Amino acid sequence: MGHIRRITMLLLIGGLVLPLIPLAMWSFARGWAYPNLLPNQFTLQPWAFAVSDQSGVLQSLLLTIGIALAATLLSVLLGVPAGRALGQHRFRGKAAVELILIAPIIMPGLAAAMGLQAVFIPLGLSNTVAGVVLVHLIPTLPYMVLVMAGVFAAYDPMAEDQARSLGASPMQVFRHVTLPAIMPGIVVGALFAFLISWSQYILTLTIGGGRVQTLPLLLFQFATSGRNDITGAIGMIYILPGAMILLLTARHLTGRSITITGRGA
Amino acid sequence: MSDRLKIALLLTPALAVIGGLFFGGLGVALLRSFNYMPVIGLTEPDLAAYRRVLSSATFYRSFGLTLYIATTATVLSAGLAIVAALVLRQPFRGRGVASFLVQLNLTIPHLVGAIGILYLFSQSGSFARAALHIGLISAPADFPALVFDPNAIAIIATYVWKELPFLTVIILANMQTLGQDHEMTARALGATRWQAFRHVLLPQILPGLLSACAVVFAFIFGAYEVPALLGPSSPQTLPVMAYRSFTDVDLAARPEAMALTMLIALVCALMIALYAHMLRSKARV
Repeated sequence: MGHIRRITMLLLIGGLVLPLIPLAMWSFARGWAYPNLLPNQFTLQPWAFAVSDQSGVLQSLLLTIGIALAATLLSVLLGVPAGRALGQHRFRGKAAVELILIAPIIMPGLAAAMGLQAVFIPLGLSNTVAGVVLVHLIPTLPYMVLVMAGVFAAYDPMAEDQARSLGASPMQVFRHVTLPAIMPGIVVGALFAFLISWSQYILTLTIGGGRVQTLPLLLFQFATSGRNDITGAIGMIYILPGAMILLLTARHLTGRSITITGRGA
Repeated sequence: MSDRLKIALLLTPALAVIGGLFFGGLGVALLRSFNYMPVIGLTEPDLAAYRRVLSSATFYRSFGLTLYIATTATVLSAGLAIVAALVLRQPFRGRGVASFLVQLNLTIPHLVGAIGILYLFSQSGSFARAALHIGLISAPADFPALVFDPNAIAIIATYVWKELPFLTVIILANMQTLGQDHEMTARALGATRWQAFRHVLLPQILPGLLSACAVVFAFIFGAYEVPALLGPSSPQTLPVMAYRSFTDVDLAARPEAMALTMLIALVCALMIALYAHMLRSKARV
Protein backbone atom coordinates (compact mmCIF):
# COMPACT_ATOMS: atom_id res chain seq x y z
CA MET A 1 0.00 0.00 0.00
CA GLY A 2 2.86 2.35 0.88
CA HIS A 3 4.35 1.78 -2.58
CA ILE A 4 1.12 2.53 -4.37
CA ARG A 5 0.74 5.70 -2.34
CA ARG A 6 4.31 6.78 -3.08
CA ILE A 7 3.93 6.16 -6.82
CA THR A 8 0.58 7.99 -6.92
CA MET A 9 2.17 10.92 -5.08
CA LEU A 10 5.06 11.03 -7.56
CA LEU A 11 2.67 10.85 -10.52
CA LEU A 12 0.60 13.66 -9.04
CA ILE A 13 3.64 15.89 -8.45
CA GLY A 14 5.05 15.04 -11.88
CA GLY A 15 1.77 15.66 -13.66
CA LEU A 16 1.26 19.01 -11.98
CA VAL A 17 4.74 20.28 -12.88
CA LEU A 18 5.12 18.73 -16.33
CA PRO A 19 3.34 21.33 -18.55
CA LEU A 20 5.33 24.13 -16.92
CA ILE A 21 8.72 22.59 -17.74
CA PRO A 22 8.87 23.10 -21.53
CA LEU A 23 7.38 26.56 -21.05
CA ALA A 24 10.10 27.52 -18.56
CA MET A 25 12.85 25.94 -20.69
CA TRP A 26 11.74 27.73 -23.85
CA SER A 27 12.11 31.05 -22.05
CA PHE A 28 15.87 30.35 -21.70
CA ALA A 29 16.37 28.63 -25.05
CA ARG A 30 18.44 29.74 -27.99
CA GLY A 31 17.29 27.34 -30.66
CA TRP A 32 15.61 24.12 -29.62
CA ALA A 33 15.30 22.17 -32.84
CA TYR A 34 13.46 18.87 -33.19
CA PRO A 35 14.30 16.25 -31.95
CA ASN A 36 16.60 17.61 -29.23
CA LEU A 37 15.34 16.91 -25.72
CA LEU A 38 17.05 20.03 -24.39
CA PRO A 39 17.66 23.48 -25.90
CA ASN A 40 20.91 23.72 -27.93
CA GLN A 41 22.04 26.63 -25.82
CA PHE A 42 20.72 28.53 -22.84
CA THR A 43 20.34 32.29 -23.04
CA LEU A 44 18.59 35.25 -21.43
CA GLN A 45 17.65 36.69 -24.82
CA PRO A 46 13.89 35.89 -24.65
CA TRP A 47 13.76 37.68 -21.30
CA ALA A 48 15.76 40.62 -22.65
CA PHE A 49 13.31 40.87 -25.54
CA ALA A 50 10.33 40.55 -23.19
CA VAL A 51 11.43 43.53 -21.06
CA SER A 52 12.44 45.62 -24.11
CA ASP A 53 10.14 48.36 -25.43
CA GLN A 54 9.48 46.75 -28.78
CA SER A 55 7.84 43.60 -27.36
CA GLY A 56 5.04 45.53 -25.63
CA VAL A 57 5.18 43.17 -22.66
CA LEU A 58 5.83 45.87 -20.06
CA GLN A 59 2.96 48.09 -21.28
CA SER A 60 0.70 45.02 -21.25
CA LEU A 61 1.90 44.09 -17.78
CA LEU A 62 1.18 47.57 -16.38
CA LEU A 63 -2.20 47.65 -18.13
CA THR A 64 -3.15 44.22 -16.73
CA ILE A 65 -2.08 45.24 -13.21
CA GLY A 66 -4.01 48.52 -13.50
CA ILE A 67 -7.20 46.81 -14.69
CA ALA A 68 -6.95 44.14 -11.98
CA LEU A 69 -6.34 46.77 -9.26
CA ALA A 70 -9.29 48.87 -10.41
CA ALA A 71 -11.61 45.85 -10.59
CA THR A 72 -10.40 44.74 -7.14
CA LEU A 73 -10.91 48.19 -5.57
CA LEU A 74 -14.44 48.47 -6.96
CA SER A 75 -15.19 44.91 -5.80
CA VAL A 76 -14.04 45.74 -2.27
CA LEU A 77 -16.05 48.98 -2.11
CA LEU A 78 -19.25 47.30 -3.34
CA GLY A 79 -18.63 43.83 -1.92
CA VAL A 80 -17.92 44.60 1.75
CA PRO A 81 -21.33 46.21 2.46
CA ALA A 82 -23.18 43.47 0.55
CA GLY A 83 -21.18 40.81 2.39
CA ARG A 84 -22.20 42.38 5.68
CA ALA A 85 -25.88 42.23 4.75
CA LEU A 86 -25.61 38.57 3.73
CA GLY A 87 -23.37 37.44 6.60
CA GLN A 88 -25.05 39.27 9.45
CA HIS A 89 -28.74 39.28 8.59
CA ARG A 90 -31.50 36.87 7.76
CA PHE A 91 -34.10 38.34 5.45
CA ARG A 92 -36.75 37.39 2.95
CA GLY A 93 -35.32 36.79 -0.51
CA LYS A 94 -31.84 35.95 0.80
CA ALA A 95 -31.71 32.72 -1.20
CA ALA A 96 -32.59 34.65 -4.36
CA VAL A 97 -29.85 37.20 -3.65
CA GLU A 98 -27.35 34.36 -3.20
CA LEU A 99 -28.44 32.79 -6.47
CA ILE A 100 -28.00 36.14 -8.26
CA LEU A 101 -24.46 36.25 -6.88
CA ILE A 102 -23.58 32.65 -7.72
CA ALA A 103 -24.96 32.74 -11.29
CA PRO A 104 -22.22 35.00 -12.73
CA ILE A 105 -19.57 32.77 -11.12
CA ILE A 106 -20.90 29.57 -12.68
CA MET A 107 -22.30 30.87 -15.95
CA PRO A 108 -19.85 31.57 -18.76
CA GLY A 109 -19.38 35.30 -19.23
CA LEU A 110 -19.38 35.19 -23.03
CA ALA A 111 -23.13 35.73 -23.47
CA ALA A 112 -23.30 38.67 -21.06
CA ALA A 113 -20.14 40.20 -22.57
CA MET A 114 -21.57 40.00 -26.11
CA GLY A 115 -24.78 41.67 -24.97
CA LEU A 116 -22.87 44.32 -23.00
CA GLN A 117 -20.72 45.15 -26.00
CA ALA A 118 -23.87 46.27 -27.87
CA VAL A 119 -24.71 48.59 -24.95
CA PHE A 120 -21.11 49.76 -24.46
CA ILE A 121 -20.67 50.98 -28.05
CA PRO A 122 -23.11 53.93 -27.77
CA LEU A 123 -21.81 54.64 -24.24
CA GLY A 124 -18.26 54.92 -25.55
CA LEU A 125 -17.10 52.09 -23.27
CA SER A 126 -16.43 49.58 -26.01
CA ASN A 127 -12.71 49.07 -26.75
CA THR A 128 -11.77 51.05 -23.62
CA VAL A 129 -9.95 50.18 -20.40
CA ALA A 130 -12.94 51.43 -18.37
CA GLY A 131 -15.23 49.05 -20.21
CA VAL A 132 -12.88 46.14 -19.55
CA VAL A 133 -12.70 47.02 -15.82
CA LEU A 134 -16.51 47.04 -15.68
CA VAL A 135 -16.88 43.68 -17.41
CA HIS A 136 -14.27 42.16 -15.06
CA LEU A 137 -16.61 43.01 -12.17
CA ILE A 138 -18.94 40.25 -13.41
CA PRO A 139 -16.67 37.51 -12.00
CA THR A 140 -14.76 39.48 -9.31
CA LEU A 141 -17.59 41.20 -7.42
CA PRO A 142 -19.66 38.06 -6.66
CA TYR A 143 -16.51 36.35 -5.28
CA MET A 144 -15.78 39.35 -3.06
CA VAL A 145 -19.35 39.42 -1.74
CA LEU A 146 -19.32 35.69 -0.98
CA VAL A 147 -15.93 35.88 0.78
CA MET A 148 -17.11 38.85 2.87
CA ALA A 149 -20.41 37.09 3.66
CA GLY A 150 -18.32 34.27 5.13
CA VAL A 151 -16.21 36.76 7.09
CA PHE A 152 -19.25 38.58 8.47
CA ALA A 153 -21.01 35.32 9.36
CA ALA A 154 -18.21 34.71 11.88
CA TYR A 155 -18.10 38.34 13.04
CA ASP A 156 -19.63 39.45 16.35
CA PRO A 157 -20.99 43.02 16.07
CA MET A 158 -21.15 43.31 19.90
CA ALA A 159 -17.95 45.37 20.03
CA GLU A 160 -19.56 47.93 17.69
CA ASP A 161 -22.46 48.43 20.14
CA GLN A 162 -20.02 48.88 22.99
CA ALA A 163 -17.97 51.44 21.07
CA ARG A 164 -21.14 53.30 20.11
CA SER A 165 -22.40 53.33 23.71
CA LEU A 166 -19.03 54.82 24.69
CA GLY A 167 -19.75 57.71 22.33
CA ALA A 168 -17.96 56.73 19.11
CA SER A 169 -19.39 58.12 15.88
CA PRO A 170 -20.44 55.65 13.12
CA MET A 171 -17.30 56.59 11.18
CA GLN A 172 -15.08 55.99 14.25
CA VAL A 173 -16.78 52.65 14.91
CA PHE A 174 -16.13 51.55 11.33
CA ARG A 175 -12.55 52.86 11.30
CA HIS A 176 -11.44 51.52 14.69
CA VAL A 177 -13.67 48.51 15.41
CA THR A 178 -15.15 46.96 12.27
CA LEU A 179 -12.34 47.52 9.79
CA PRO A 180 -9.51 45.99 11.89
CA ALA A 181 -11.69 42.93 12.57
CA ILE A 182 -12.57 42.25 8.93
CA MET A 183 -9.25 43.35 7.41
CA PRO A 184 -7.76 39.83 7.00
CA GLY A 185 -10.94 38.80 5.16
CA ILE A 186 -10.79 41.86 2.91
CA VAL A 187 -7.15 41.10 2.06
CA VAL A 188 -7.90 37.48 1.13
CA GLY A 189 -10.99 38.50 -0.88
CA ALA A 190 -9.06 41.26 -2.63
CA LEU A 191 -6.22 38.89 -3.57
CA PHE A 192 -8.80 36.47 -5.03
CA ALA A 193 -10.49 39.27 -6.95
CA PHE A 194 -7.14 40.44 -8.30
CA LEU A 195 -6.25 36.94 -9.53
CA ILE A 196 -9.67 36.43 -11.11
CA SER A 197 -9.38 39.69 -13.06
CA TRP A 198 -5.76 38.80 -13.88
CA SER A 199 -6.76 35.54 -15.59
CA GLN A 200 -9.69 36.89 -17.68
CA TYR A 201 -9.39 36.30 -21.40
CA ILE A 202 -12.66 36.25 -23.35
CA LEU A 203 -14.30 39.10 -21.41
CA THR A 204 -11.32 41.34 -22.15
CA LEU A 205 -11.26 40.28 -25.80
CA THR A 206 -15.00 40.82 -26.32
CA ILE A 207 -15.26 44.24 -24.65
CA GLY A 208 -11.73 45.45 -25.42
CA GLY A 209 -12.09 44.42 -29.05
CA GLY A 210 -8.40 43.51 -29.15
CA ARG A 211 -7.62 47.21 -28.54
CA VAL A 212 -7.09 46.68 -24.79
CA GLN A 213 -4.19 44.28 -24.90
CA THR A 214 -3.75 42.66 -21.51
CA LEU A 215 -1.01 40.12 -20.86
CA PRO A 216 -3.10 37.00 -21.69
CA LEU A 217 -4.07 38.49 -25.06
CA LEU A 218 -0.42 39.19 -25.83
CA LEU A 219 0.52 35.70 -24.63
CA PHE A 220 -2.07 34.10 -26.93
CA GLN A 221 -0.74 36.14 -29.84
CA PHE A 222 2.85 35.02 -29.31
CA ALA A 223 1.74 31.41 -28.71
CA THR A 224 -0.02 31.27 -32.08
CA SER A 225 2.81 33.09 -33.91
CA GLY A 226 5.26 30.31 -33.06
CA ARG A 227 7.66 32.45 -31.01
CA ASN A 228 7.98 29.76 -28.33
CA ASP A 229 10.88 31.46 -26.52
CA ILE A 230 9.05 34.78 -26.03
CA THR A 231 5.85 32.89 -25.21
CA GLY A 232 7.77 31.03 -22.49
CA ALA A 233 9.05 34.27 -20.95
CA ILE A 234 5.62 35.97 -21.01
CA GLY A 235 4.04 32.80 -19.61
CA MET A 236 6.48 32.83 -16.69
CA ILE A 237 5.81 36.53 -16.03
CA TYR A 238 2.08 35.86 -16.23
CA ILE A 239 2.05 33.18 -13.50
CA LEU A 240 4.27 35.16 -11.12
CA PRO A 241 1.58 37.17 -9.23
CA GLY A 242 -0.40 33.99 -8.51
CA ALA A 243 2.68 32.27 -7.10
CA MET A 244 3.51 35.32 -4.98
CA ILE A 245 -0.04 35.60 -3.66
CA LEU A 246 0.00 31.89 -2.83
CA LEU A 247 3.24 32.22 -0.85
CA LEU A 248 1.78 35.20 1.06
CA THR A 249 -1.55 33.55 1.89
CA ALA A 250 -0.08 30.07 2.47
CA ARG A 251 1.96 31.43 5.36
CA HIS A 252 -1.10 33.23 6.62
CA LEU A 253 -3.27 30.11 6.35
CA THR A 254 -0.71 27.70 7.82
CA GLY A 255 -0.23 30.06 10.75
CA ARG A 256 -3.91 29.78 11.49
CA SER A 257 -4.11 26.03 11.10
CA ILE A 258 -1.15 25.62 13.48
CA THR A 259 -2.99 27.60 16.17
CA ILE A 260 -6.09 25.49 15.62
CA THR A 261 -4.20 22.20 15.93
CA GLY A 262 -2.31 23.60 18.90
CA ARG A 263 -5.55 24.38 20.68
CA GLY A 264 -7.24 21.12 19.63
CA ALA A 265 -6.26 17.60 20.76
CA MET B 1 -32.74 52.93 10.80
CA SER B 2 -34.82 49.80 10.37
CA ASP B 3 -33.06 46.55 9.60
CA ARG B 4 -34.87 46.19 6.28
CA LEU B 5 -33.72 49.59 5.08
CA LYS B 6 -30.17 48.93 6.26
CA ILE B 7 -30.01 45.59 4.46
CA ALA B 8 -31.39 47.21 1.31
CA LEU B 9 -28.80 50.01 1.46
CA LEU B 10 -25.95 47.56 1.98
CA LEU B 11 -27.01 45.21 -0.81
CA THR B 12 -28.29 47.55 -3.50
CA PRO B 13 -24.99 48.86 -4.95
CA ALA B 14 -23.50 45.39 -5.46
CA LEU B 15 -26.74 43.87 -6.75
CA ALA B 16 -27.32 46.79 -9.10
CA VAL B 17 -23.85 46.40 -10.61
CA ILE B 18 -24.07 42.61 -10.97
CA GLY B 19 -27.67 42.84 -12.16
CA GLY B 20 -26.88 45.57 -14.68
CA LEU B 21 -23.71 44.03 -16.06
CA PHE B 22 -24.46 40.32 -15.97
CA PHE B 23 -28.22 40.01 -16.25
CA GLY B 24 -28.47 43.21 -18.31
CA GLY B 25 -25.85 41.90 -20.73
CA LEU B 26 -27.57 38.53 -20.85
CA GLY B 27 -30.91 40.23 -21.52
CA VAL B 28 -29.54 42.32 -24.37
CA ALA B 29 -27.91 39.23 -25.89
CA LEU B 30 -31.26 37.42 -25.64
CA LEU B 31 -33.11 40.27 -27.40
CA ARG B 32 -30.48 40.44 -30.12
CA SER B 33 -30.72 36.68 -30.61
CA PHE B 34 -34.37 37.32 -31.54
CA ASN B 35 -33.09 39.93 -34.01
CA TYR B 36 -34.80 42.60 -31.90
CA MET B 37 -32.93 45.92 -31.81
CA PRO B 38 -35.24 48.95 -31.94
CA VAL B 39 -32.30 51.42 -32.11
CA ILE B 40 -31.47 50.27 -35.63
CA GLY B 41 -35.07 49.75 -36.64
CA LEU B 42 -35.40 46.03 -35.93
CA THR B 43 -38.71 45.98 -34.11
CA GLU B 44 -40.05 42.61 -35.23
CA PRO B 45 -38.53 39.88 -33.05
CA ASP B 46 -38.21 36.53 -34.82
CA LEU B 47 -36.67 33.11 -34.36
CA ALA B 48 -34.72 33.14 -37.62
CA ALA B 49 -31.29 32.98 -35.92
CA TYR B 50 -32.29 29.95 -33.84
CA ARG B 51 -33.81 28.32 -36.89
CA ARG B 52 -30.60 28.83 -38.86
CA VAL B 53 -28.40 27.58 -35.99
CA LEU B 54 -30.55 24.56 -35.17
CA SER B 55 -30.86 23.49 -38.80
CA SER B 56 -27.13 23.44 -39.51
CA ALA B 57 -25.16 20.22 -39.20
CA THR B 58 -22.11 22.20 -38.04
CA PHE B 59 -23.96 23.24 -34.90
CA TYR B 60 -24.67 19.63 -33.90
CA ARG B 61 -21.08 18.60 -34.52
CA SER B 62 -19.88 21.53 -32.40
CA PHE B 63 -22.42 20.75 -29.71
CA GLY B 64 -21.29 17.12 -29.68
CA LEU B 65 -17.63 18.10 -29.42
CA THR B 66 -18.28 20.59 -26.60
CA LEU B 67 -20.41 18.11 -24.68
CA TYR B 68 -17.79 15.38 -25.18
CA ILE B 69 -14.93 17.62 -23.96
CA ALA B 70 -16.84 18.90 -20.91
CA THR B 71 -18.09 15.44 -19.90
CA THR B 72 -14.81 13.60 -20.41
CA ALA B 73 -12.71 16.25 -18.68
CA THR B 74 -15.12 16.48 -15.72
CA VAL B 75 -15.35 12.73 -15.20
CA LEU B 76 -11.58 12.21 -15.50
CA SER B 77 -10.79 15.12 -13.17
CA ALA B 78 -13.29 13.91 -10.58
CA GLY B 79 -11.99 10.33 -10.60
CA LEU B 80 -8.36 11.39 -10.36
CA ALA B 81 -9.18 14.04 -7.74
CA ILE B 82 -10.64 11.36 -5.45
CA VAL B 83 -7.39 9.38 -5.73
CA ALA B 84 -5.30 12.52 -5.17
CA ALA B 85 -7.36 13.51 -2.12
CA LEU B 86 -7.07 10.01 -0.62
CA VAL B 87 -3.29 10.17 -1.00
CA LEU B 88 -2.97 13.75 0.23
CA ARG B 89 -5.03 13.31 3.39
CA GLN B 90 -2.45 10.94 4.91
CA PRO B 91 0.75 12.40 6.33
CA PHE B 92 3.46 11.25 3.97
CA ARG B 93 6.83 12.33 2.60
CA GLY B 94 6.26 14.66 -0.31
CA ARG B 95 2.82 15.71 0.86
CA GLY B 96 3.95 19.28 1.49
CA VAL B 97 5.36 19.59 -2.04
CA ALA B 98 2.25 18.06 -3.59
CA SER B 99 -0.11 20.29 -1.59
CA PHE B 100 1.88 23.35 -2.61
CA LEU B 101 1.77 22.35 -6.28
CA VAL B 102 -1.97 21.68 -6.09
CA GLN B 103 -2.52 25.19 -4.72
CA LEU B 104 -0.04 26.78 -7.14
CA ASN B 105 -1.91 25.18 -10.02
CA LEU B 106 -5.14 26.83 -8.84
CA THR B 107 -3.55 30.25 -9.43
CA ILE B 108 -2.27 29.48 -12.96
CA PRO B 109 -4.52 30.81 -15.75
CA HIS B 110 -5.97 28.21 -18.15
CA LEU B 111 -4.16 29.77 -21.09
CA VAL B 112 -0.72 29.05 -19.58
CA GLY B 113 -1.69 25.43 -18.96
CA ALA B 114 -2.93 25.16 -22.56
CA ILE B 115 0.39 26.46 -23.94
CA GLY B 116 2.34 24.07 -21.69
CA ILE B 117 0.22 21.16 -22.94
CA LEU B 118 0.77 22.34 -26.53
CA TYR B 119 4.56 22.20 -26.06
CA LEU B 120 4.25 18.70 -24.55
CA PHE B 121 1.68 17.12 -26.89
CA SER B 122 2.34 18.56 -30.36
CA GLN B 123 4.02 16.45 -33.03
CA SER B 124 7.29 18.32 -32.49
CA GLY B 125 6.68 18.62 -28.73
CA SER B 126 8.50 17.08 -25.77
CA PHE B 127 6.53 13.81 -25.80
CA ALA B 128 7.18 13.28 -29.53
CA ARG B 129 10.90 14.00 -29.00
CA ALA B 130 11.04 11.56 -26.09
CA ALA B 131 9.22 8.92 -28.17
CA LEU B 132 11.80 9.36 -30.94
CA HIS B 133 14.69 9.02 -28.49
CA ILE B 134 13.45 5.76 -27.07
CA GLY B 135 12.76 4.48 -30.57
CA LEU B 136 8.95 4.42 -30.52
CA ILE B 137 8.68 6.59 -33.63
CA SER B 138 11.06 7.57 -36.42
CA ALA B 139 9.56 10.86 -37.70
CA PRO B 140 7.31 13.62 -36.29
CA ALA B 141 4.39 12.41 -38.42
CA ASP B 142 4.53 9.00 -36.70
CA PHE B 143 3.50 10.63 -33.46
CA PRO B 144 -0.31 10.62 -33.07
CA ALA B 145 -2.01 13.99 -33.56
CA LEU B 146 -3.02 15.00 -30.04
CA VAL B 147 -3.35 18.73 -30.73
CA PHE B 148 -5.91 20.31 -33.15
CA ASP B 149 -7.33 16.76 -33.39
CA PRO B 150 -11.01 15.75 -33.48
CA ASN B 151 -10.54 13.78 -30.24
CA ALA B 152 -9.51 17.00 -28.46
CA ILE B 153 -6.91 15.13 -26.39
CA ALA B 154 -4.84 18.23 -25.61
CA ILE B 155 -7.93 20.24 -24.62
CA ILE B 156 -9.11 17.51 -22.26
CA ALA B 157 -5.59 17.16 -20.84
CA THR B 158 -5.45 20.90 -20.13
CA TYR B 159 -8.78 20.85 -18.33
CA VAL B 160 -7.90 17.75 -16.30
CA TRP B 161 -4.62 19.41 -15.34
CA LYS B 162 -6.49 22.56 -14.23
CA GLU B 163 -9.66 21.11 -12.66
CA LEU B 164 -8.11 18.14 -10.84
CA PRO B 165 -6.48 20.42 -8.22
CA PHE B 166 -9.70 22.41 -7.80
CA LEU B 167 -11.74 19.26 -7.16
CA THR B 168 -8.98 17.79 -4.96
CA VAL B 169 -9.07 20.83 -2.67
CA ILE B 170 -12.86 20.58 -2.39
CA ILE B 171 -12.80 16.83 -1.64
CA LEU B 172 -9.97 17.26 0.89
CA ALA B 173 -11.87 20.01 2.75
CA ASN B 174 -14.91 17.75 2.76
CA MET B 175 -12.89 14.79 4.08
CA GLN B 176 -11.33 16.89 6.82
CA THR B 177 -14.76 17.98 8.07
CA LEU B 178 -15.99 14.37 8.04
CA GLY B 179 -13.01 12.91 9.90
CA GLN B 180 -12.13 9.24 9.65
CA ASP B 181 -14.21 7.86 12.53
CA HIS B 182 -16.89 6.25 10.38
CA GLU B 183 -14.33 4.54 8.16
CA MET B 184 -12.39 3.29 11.20
CA THR B 185 -15.60 1.88 12.65
CA ALA B 186 -16.34 0.11 9.38
CA ARG B 187 -12.79 -1.27 9.29
CA ALA B 188 -13.04 -2.43 12.91
CA LEU B 189 -16.28 -4.23 11.97
CA GLY B 190 -14.39 -6.15 9.30
CA ALA B 191 -14.85 -4.05 6.16
CA THR B 192 -11.98 -4.12 3.69
CA ARG B 193 -10.26 -0.88 2.71
CA TRP B 194 -12.22 -0.85 -0.54
CA GLN B 195 -15.54 -1.55 1.20
CA ALA B 196 -14.91 1.23 3.74
CA PHE B 197 -14.20 3.60 0.86
CA ARG B 198 -17.04 2.45 -1.39
CA HIS B 199 -19.81 2.22 1.20
CA VAL B 200 -18.75 4.69 3.91
CA LEU B 201 -16.51 7.48 2.58
CA LEU B 202 -17.73 7.80 -1.02
CA PRO B 203 -21.44 8.31 -0.19
CA GLN B 204 -20.41 11.05 2.25
CA ILE B 205 -18.21 13.01 -0.18
CA LEU B 206 -20.39 12.44 -3.25
CA PRO B 207 -22.94 15.27 -2.84
CA GLY B 208 -20.21 17.91 -2.47
CA LEU B 209 -18.21 16.39 -5.31
CA LEU B 210 -21.19 16.27 -7.66
CA SER B 211 -22.08 19.91 -7.12
CA ALA B 212 -18.43 20.87 -7.70
CA CYS B 213 -18.53 18.76 -10.89
CA ALA B 214 -21.57 20.74 -12.07
CA VAL B 215 -19.53 23.93 -11.68
CA VAL B 216 -16.56 22.43 -13.52
CA PHE B 217 -18.74 21.10 -16.34
CA ALA B 218 -20.49 24.45 -16.84
CA PHE B 219 -17.15 26.24 -16.82
CA ILE B 220 -15.59 23.97 -19.45
CA PHE B 221 -18.73 24.01 -21.58
CA GLY B 222 -18.61 27.79 -21.84
CA ALA B 223 -14.85 28.42 -21.93
CA TYR B 224 -13.14 29.95 -24.93
CA GLU B 225 -9.34 30.27 -24.81
CA VAL B 226 -8.29 26.62 -24.38
CA PRO B 227 -10.26 25.24 -27.37
CA ALA B 228 -9.41 28.41 -29.35
CA LEU B 229 -5.71 27.58 -28.94
CA LEU B 230 -5.75 23.76 -29.05
CA GLY B 231 -8.94 22.85 -30.89
CA PRO B 232 -9.44 21.65 -34.47
CA SER B 233 -10.59 24.25 -37.00
CA SER B 234 -13.63 22.10 -37.67
CA PRO B 235 -15.71 21.33 -35.74
CA GLN B 236 -15.07 24.15 -33.27
CA THR B 237 -16.44 24.11 -29.73
CA LEU B 238 -19.62 26.17 -29.25
CA PRO B 239 -17.96 29.14 -27.49
CA VAL B 240 -15.28 29.36 -30.22
CA MET B 241 -17.98 29.12 -32.89
CA ALA B 242 -20.05 31.80 -31.11
CA TYR B 243 -17.12 34.21 -30.81
CA ARG B 244 -16.10 33.70 -34.45
CA SER B 245 -19.63 34.53 -35.67
CA PHE B 246 -19.70 37.48 -33.26
CA THR B 247 -16.61 38.94 -34.94
CA ASP B 248 -17.72 37.99 -38.45
CA VAL B 249 -17.51 40.93 -40.87
CA ASP B 250 -21.03 40.00 -41.99
CA LEU B 251 -23.22 41.72 -39.39
CA ALA B 252 -26.06 39.35 -40.24
CA ALA B 253 -24.13 36.68 -38.31
CA ARG B 254 -24.52 38.64 -35.04
CA PRO B 255 -27.97 37.27 -34.11
CA GLU B 256 -26.62 33.78 -34.74
CA ALA B 257 -23.69 34.45 -32.41
CA MET B 258 -26.16 35.63 -29.76
CA ALA B 259 -28.38 32.59 -30.31
CA LEU B 260 -25.34 30.32 -29.88
CA THR B 261 -24.32 31.94 -26.58
CA MET B 262 -27.91 31.71 -25.39
CA LEU B 263 -27.85 27.96 -26.07
CA ILE B 264 -24.52 27.69 -24.19
CA ALA B 265 -26.00 29.70 -21.31
CA LEU B 266 -29.06 27.43 -21.31
CA VAL B 267 -26.93 24.30 -20.87
CA CYS B 268 -24.98 25.99 -18.08
CA ALA B 269 -28.19 27.22 -16.42
CA LEU B 270 -29.46 23.63 -16.38
CA MET B 271 -26.21 22.73 -14.61
CA ILE B 272 -26.77 25.49 -12.06
CA ALA B 273 -30.29 24.22 -11.45
CA LEU B 274 -28.86 20.77 -10.84
CA TYR B 275 -26.24 22.27 -8.53
CA ALA B 276 -28.83 24.25 -6.55
CA HIS B 277 -31.00 21.16 -6.33
CA MET B 278 -28.10 19.11 -4.96
CA LEU B 279 -27.19 21.81 -2.44
CA ARG B 280 -30.78 21.75 -1.21
CA SER B 281 -30.92 17.97 -0.93
CA LYS B 282 -27.55 18.04 0.87
CA ALA B 283 -28.94 20.60 3.33
CA ARG B 284 -31.92 18.31 3.96
CA VAL B 285 -29.75 15.33 4.97
